[in-house]
Amino acid sequence: MNNNKKIIIQTIFLITGVIFIVRLFFLQVIETSYKEEAERNATRKMIQYPFRGIIYDRNGKALVINQLVFDIMVVMNELNIPDTNAFCSAFNLTKNELHQLIRKIKEEKGYNKYRPVPLLKQLSVDDIGKALHIINTCEGIYPQERTIRIYPHKSLANALGYIGEISKKQLENQEENYYEQGDLIGISGIEASYEKYLRGTKGVRYIMKDVHGVEKGPYLGGKMDVASAPGQNLICTIDLELQKYGEWLMQNKVGSVVAIEPSTGEILALISSPSYDPNLLTGRYFSKNFDTLQKDPLKPLFNRATMAMYSPGSIFKVAQALVGLHLGVLTPNSIKPCNPEAVGVKCHPHPSPTDLKGSIQWSCNPYYYDVFRSIIYKGGTSQNKYKQTETNYDIWRSLMVKFGFGQKLEVDLPNIKAGFLPTNAFYDRIYGNLSWKHSTIRSLDIGQGELLVVPIQIANLACIVANRGFYITPHLVKAIGNDEKKMILTRFTEKKYTGIDTAHFNRVIEGMELVVRHGTAYWTQIPGINICGKTGTVQNTQSIKEKGDDHSTYMAFAPKDNPKIAIAVYVENGGFGAVTAAPIANLMIEKYLTDTTTALTRYMRTQILQKDLIHKAKGEYR
Amino acid sequence: MIRREDKLIKNIDWITVACYSILVFIGWLNIYAVVYNPDPEVKQNIFDLSTNSGKQLLWIASAALIIIFIFSIDYKFYSTFSYLLYAITILILGITIFLGIEVNNSRSWLGFGDLRVQPLEFAKITTALVVANYMSDINFKLNGWKQYLSVSLLVLAPCVLILLQKETGGLLAFSSFIIVMYREGLPGWILLLAVIMVSLVLVTLMYNKIYVALFILILGGLTIIAMTLFSKRTRNVSIFRRSIMITAVCLAMISVVYSVDFFFYKILQPHQQKRILILLHPELDKKNEGYQINQSKVAIGSGGLWGKGFLQGTQTKFDFVPEQSTDFIFCTIGEEHGWIGSSFIIGLYVFLLSRIVWLAERQKDRFARIYGYSVASILFFHFTINIGMTIGLFPIIGIPLPFFSYGGSSLWAFTILLFIFLKLDAHRKELLAH
Repeated sequence: MNNNKKIIIQTIFLITGVIFIVRLFFLQVIETSYKEEAERNATRKMIQYPFRGIIYDRNGKALVINQLVFDIMVVMNELNIPDTNAFCSAFNLTKNELHQLIRKIKEEKGYNKYRPVPLLKQLSVDDIGKALHIINTCEGIYPQERTIRIYPHKSLANALGYIGEISKKQLENQEENYYEQGDLIGISGIEASYEKYLRGTKGVRYIMKDVHGVEKGPYLGGKMDVASAPGQNLICTIDLELQKYGEWLMQNKVGSVVAIEPSTGEILALISSPSYDPNLLTGRYFSKNFDTLQKDPLKPLFNRATMAMYSPGSIFKVAQALVGLHLGVLTPNSIKPCNPEAVGVKCHPHPSPTDLKGSIQWSCNPYYYDVFRSIIYKGGTSQNKYKQTETNYDIWRSLMVKFGFGQKLEVDLPNIKAGFLPTNAFYDRIYGNLSWKHSTIRSLDIGQGELLVVPIQIANLACIVANRGFYITPHLVKAIGNDEKKMILTRFTEKKYTGIDTAHFNRVIEGMELVVRHGTAYWTQIPGINICGKTGTVQNTQSIKEKGDDHSTYMAFAPKDNPKIAIAVYVENGGFGAVTAAPIANLMIEKYLTDTTTALTRYMRTQILQKDLIHKAKGEYR
Repeated sequence: MIRREDKLIKNIDWITVACYSILVFIGWLNIYAVVYNPDPEVKQNIFDLSTNSGKQLLWIASAALIIIFIFSIDYKFYSTFSYLLYAITILILGITIFLGIEVNNSRSWLGFGDLRVQPLEFAKITTALVVANYMSDINFKLNGWKQYLSVSLLVLAPCVLILLQKETGGLLAFSSFIIVMYREGLPGWILLLAVIMVSLVLVTLMYNKIYVALFILILGGLTIIAMTLFSKRTRNVSIFRRSIMITAVCLAMISVVYSVDFFFYKILQPHQQKRILILLHPELDKKNEGYQINQSKVAIGSGGLWGKGFLQGTQTKFDFVPEQSTDFIFCTIGEEHGWIGSSFIIGLYVFLLSRIVWLAERQKDRFARIYGYSVASILFFHFTINIGMTIGLFPIIGIPLPFFSYGGSSLWAFTILLFIFLKLDAHRKELLAH
């Protein structure tokens, strides 16, 4: 009997053990959801942000660097500030502000007193240095490193662009699923167009956390971690010195300057004025500053060099002459009288009649009335005038397209405009099919009318002329990569030919040479440099109400043989092309080619620097 | 004298001592695993006295001293002084009600400076001694309600005081004496009835009372029909009497079912009600009350077959499971050593318990035997409730896993409990003469 009871008791022990083991088998071996839940519980995915690539100018000067800043992190449940007064003065806060900051942290969604959160953001190394001894007396407060973009030279704001938090739309539309909410992305300029190279590769680190979310070392000894790879550096085509010089000359003026090395298509300077200090759009005051810039009526965020559309004005005569020569309606020796009254255009006094050279030198309007008219009516009779107009216009247009007009140049900047080169269909829509002729579209003679270009297209035209027939797509980045292996995008090595004979270019260039030597821009010539240029004065059609001065434009390249620089300048309300745009361009050419000044050019520079078109336009001047 | 000590050492059951040592050692390693910080910058030492693992080592060392002390005093001491020890225990339990340190709403701890002792842990030992002494009286036979009651009273006295300390968790271990009483004469059906009652209560809480009552009635009815049909040889009167008995049992069970509500909602405290309800319906409350049991299951469940490896656990290290070093220490085994490790520990316990029963049975002296059974039963209850709770088979009742859990009080108490018996066992031949 008692032996029985002993066995029963031992059996109860055994059965209990077996039940446990079976239960554990189900819990541990069969059921798998616990493993996942455990992983969710105790691990946290930490994104390792890579260093964004640095951008240098063509001479190795840094245009954009990363700067170390510090966030002051606080863990609320450990927070202990022994001397609030000292703390506040170390961080330049009032007690009230400190309390507000802390209250804000506590009201944050998902507030957790065990998790570090930023109390103050993006303090400089200096700020931290001053406050470090105070931080060390506190508990639950520590500085955390981060990097922000810094622009040491404050130049080139619009071309460089800025970075900011990725937008919801961009997040939804991204192709490769790389970005997450809160990630920084290039929003404009080079920062945007080279985003893929600059950003590097995010790393990921799995860490273990405890029940409070406090970090507890690497998960699985860091086996699953992926290190971040820093972004690639960019070597820019920009010559920082030239850029700064140009920005200086453009002060108090609205407009743009584009300078390109013709043989390579490398953009040496890209100026949009007025500009802004790019450092305004980094760091903790981004939104405030962005707001101010966006509300500025002079639109400093608007990159005029690639986005502002103007009539080309008389500069277009260069293209007209080349197309005319190409189509055979014009020879270098074609002599035409300057007869404004007869053809119904204005001109300014100059020697008449002129040949092709002279027409460019003096920018003769009636000459180009005749050139374009000849192009349009080429081979036509009075019977098929309208038909021939459309055919010839089409031929003319397709040649103009080869000059880069009417299309977006594939410049490595986002948001470039195509300008406008009207099509047959466009005129048909306005005037009706086969019911327009040269006199209908004659504004095009001298680059006015419906035709619109962006300044970089004019700089590109200067390149084509300088190269005697081809261009390489203007671009801002020479090379991509860190140290040894650098690469260049192939689309920036391809020569795009206009198909127009080199000899024709040489004739036109002779005219452009005379423009500076004896012609419209003679007063801007730089001793010792053989500059070929063309002035333009664009009728200000944009502000009809309060008719402002005409826009001053100019394009040039130098030296005449083996040109090193081609340039286009637009100055809104700058008046006659030779008055404002030409001296700026030629001073920049001087700067780039010689890096010196003469008494003459210094005088010219003073004249230019004194021009204040912004405040005059507002009526504040004088 | 020397010969006598040699003999003592020879007579000690070293298998039990080995089981004990293994459990204590593994327990210590697991406590280290709980406090271990995987951050490579933190140089951690299992002996660091500022951590639980270092402190536990102190408790283990002092437990070793206690063992030597137990073996060195006369084996007759335990029976002779059992009533005195019992009385002192009752007194201390009483004092604790008033002078105890309040922890989680209960006053079951006495503090002497930094040292904290939970008297109820030691009350189990003295109660076991006094029950063994009382029942081993030559004139005592456990064969009637009067005897059951008198033994129960000895067990219930400390229970009442512990209840007054509001430490109901520790109370449950005292119900283990029912196994001792069963071995010494309590009829099996009472034990069975107790088991049925507990199951009935649980089933009632899980399902609708009406269905439970209907189920009992149908079961009773079927039994009566089966009896009438298949036992033709039995006389009709007998069948009638048995039917009445079965009906009475059924009605009694149904009345239990309907009194569960009263017992459950009036007697139990709200947090205890919750713990039981969560056990039965764990999905109800994953964040608060159900959190503990859920995290415990996650920790154990994530261990898989082989476990994550020593010191590789994440759930048990980073405070996901509360009371990790003490009541939920088994989770560490489950997480880091998997099903294999858990099964080994459970097997070791079952072996130890059976070994103690086997040792008890070889005692010729009733005192030693009854005490041995008490030891086995108390350890069994702790083992069952503790592990059952961590794997979600029992409600959360804060009692430690013997030899394993962190804490001086429980380690000392279980060590004393076990080694008094080993001392008695070592002297079993002399006890026979006595």
